[in-house]
Amino acid sequence: MIRISDVAPKVAKGQIKSEKLTEDCLAKIQELNPKLNAFITVTGDEALQQARQADKEIAAGRHFGPLHGIPLSLKDLIDQQGIATTAGSLVRRDHVATEDAVVTRRLRNTGAVFVGKTNLHEFAFGTTSEDSGFGPCRNPHDASRSPGGSSGGSAAAVASGMCLGTVGTDTGGSIRIPAAACGIVGLKPEWGHVSASGVVPLSRQLDHVGPLAASVGDAWTLYNAMQPESEQIHDRLDPAPLAGLRIGKLAGYFFDRLDEDVERSVLGVLERVQLSGAVLSNVSIPHADDMAAIYLHLVFGDAAEYHARTLESRPQDYTRPVRLRLEMARYVLAEDYIRALRGKALIAHEVDRALNGVDVLALPALAVPAPPIGATTMPVSGGTEAVRTIMLRCSQPFNLSGHPAISIPCGTSRDGMPIGVQLVGHKGRTPALVQAALAVEAALPR
Amino acid sequence: MTVAEWLAEAKADAQKRGLPELIPMLEGLAQASERLRKADWNDNPDKDTPRDPNQ
Repeated sequence: MIRISDVAPKVAKGQIKSEKLTEDCLAKIQELNPKLNAFITVTGDEALQQARQADKEIAAGRHFGPLHGIPLSLKDLIDQQGIATTAGSLVRRDHVATEDAVVTRRLRNTGAVFVGKTNLHEFAFGTTSEDSGFGPCRNPHDASRSPGGSSGGSAAAVASGMCLGTVGTDTGGSIRIPAAACGIVGLKPEWGHVSASGVVPLSRQLDHVGPLAASVGDAWTLYNAMQPESEQIHDRLDPAPLAGLRIGKLAGYFFDRLDEDVERSVLGVLERVQLSGAVLSNVSIPHADDMAAIYLHLVFGDAAEYHARTLESRPQDYTRPVRLRLEMARYVLAEDYIRALRGKALIAHEVDRALNGVDVLALPALAVPAPPIGATTMPVSGGTEAVRTIMLRCSQPFNLSGHPAISIPCGTSRDGMPIGVQLVGHKGRTPALVQAALAVEAALPR
Repeated sequence: MTVAEWLAEAKADAQKRGLPELIPMLEGLAQASERLRKADWNDNPDKDTPRDPNQ
C-alpha cells in the first residue's frame, strides 16, 4: 500500500507526477480487478485527464493541498457527475448521476483524481460484498475470502494499491468492517458530520459517509477534506501522548463472542499501550444485548420504505439474498419500529455514559477475521454465529449512537488474515479520537 | 397484535406470495421483536422516551 502522506509532498514538489501515480493505479486495477472485482466502473480516461490537469496546476505553482493529484475511488453508492451510480445493483444499472454528491464535490475541489467506482454489497445491505449485481468482491489477502462489507470493493482497492484512498459508507459497520477485514484504516465520522447528500441511502438515520485509507493520518486527511471549507482544520494531526491516555475497554458483550485470534490481538494492543502509559479501565453499555434487535428494526424499516417501489416493479433485478431481506423488512410493524427508536436513544446515552471519564473506548472492530465467501456461519468462542450477526456485533452500536469510531489494523490471524482494533470517541471531538488513533497506530509493531 | 399472531399471518402471507424462503427469516425477526417488547426500557409506555441526542 502507498500512503498519501508519503507521496503527497513529492507530488507537491513535482518530484512525482500525478499522471504516473494514476497510471500505476490503473495498471494495478487492470492486473488485479479480474481476480478481486473491486471496481464496477473504471474511469481511466477521465482520471488521466484530471491527473494531467493536476500536474499542470502544480507546475504553475498552484498546489491545492495534500490530495492534489492523488488517485482516489468512490464507493458506487456515491454520485459522481456523468458516471453510473449502480449501488451494486442491476436495479440501478442505467442510472447516471447528473451531479456530484457533496462529498465528491469537496474532494474534487482538492484536486483529487477519481479512478473509478467500487463494488459493494448490493445497496449496502450486507456485510460481505458477495451479493452484488456485478458479482462478488474478493479479499486481496485471500481471494477465497470476503473483503467485508458493504464497502468491500473500496477496502480491497486501497489494500491492493488500486488507489490511495477511498470514500465508503457505514450504516452498521460498512467502513470499519471491510477496513478490519482488509488490513487498512476506516473512519466512521460522527453522524451528520460528512454530508450524505448524493449518496444512495440504506437508513438515513444510521448512514455515515467516511474515508478508508492506508493509515490513520491519511484517513484524517481525507476526512478533513470532506468537511465544509469553513470547518476544515489541519491536513495533519499530531498523535496524542500515550502516557495518560484514558482508554475504556468495553467489557462484557463486546468480548464475549470473539474469534480467539481477534481476542488475542486486541488484548495485545491494549497491553502494549498500557505499557506505554495509557490508563485502562473497564466500562460497559448496560443494554448492549438489545442492540441487534434495535438495529434490525430500524435498518429494515428504513430500507423497506426506500425500496418499496422497485421491489414491486423490478424484483428480479435484485440479488436473491438482498431481495429476500428487503421483502422481510416490509413485515416490520410500526409499533416495534417505534420501540426501536426508543432503544436507539437509550444506547446513545449509554455510550455517552461509558465515555464519561475516559478519552476513548476500545474494542475489536470485527469479531472474526474475513469469512470465506459463501459461509453462513463462523466459529466463535462458545459455538458458531450467523455471519451477518457476528460481523455487525462490534460496529453497529456506534451507528445507533452516532459516535465517531475508527478501525486500525492491529495484527493477523494464524492464517494471515488482518484484524482490526476499534476506538470510539466523544461526540464533537473527532480530532481527539484521531489523535488517540495515531498514538495507538504508532505503538503497534510494523 | 401479539408477536405470535403477527408471525402466523406473516408466514401465511409469505407462502401465498410464493416466498417460502422468508419463513425462517420471519421467525428470526419475530425473536427480535419479542426481545424489544420484553426489554426493561420498553416495559412502560408512560415513561419518558430518552431524547435521541442525534435528533
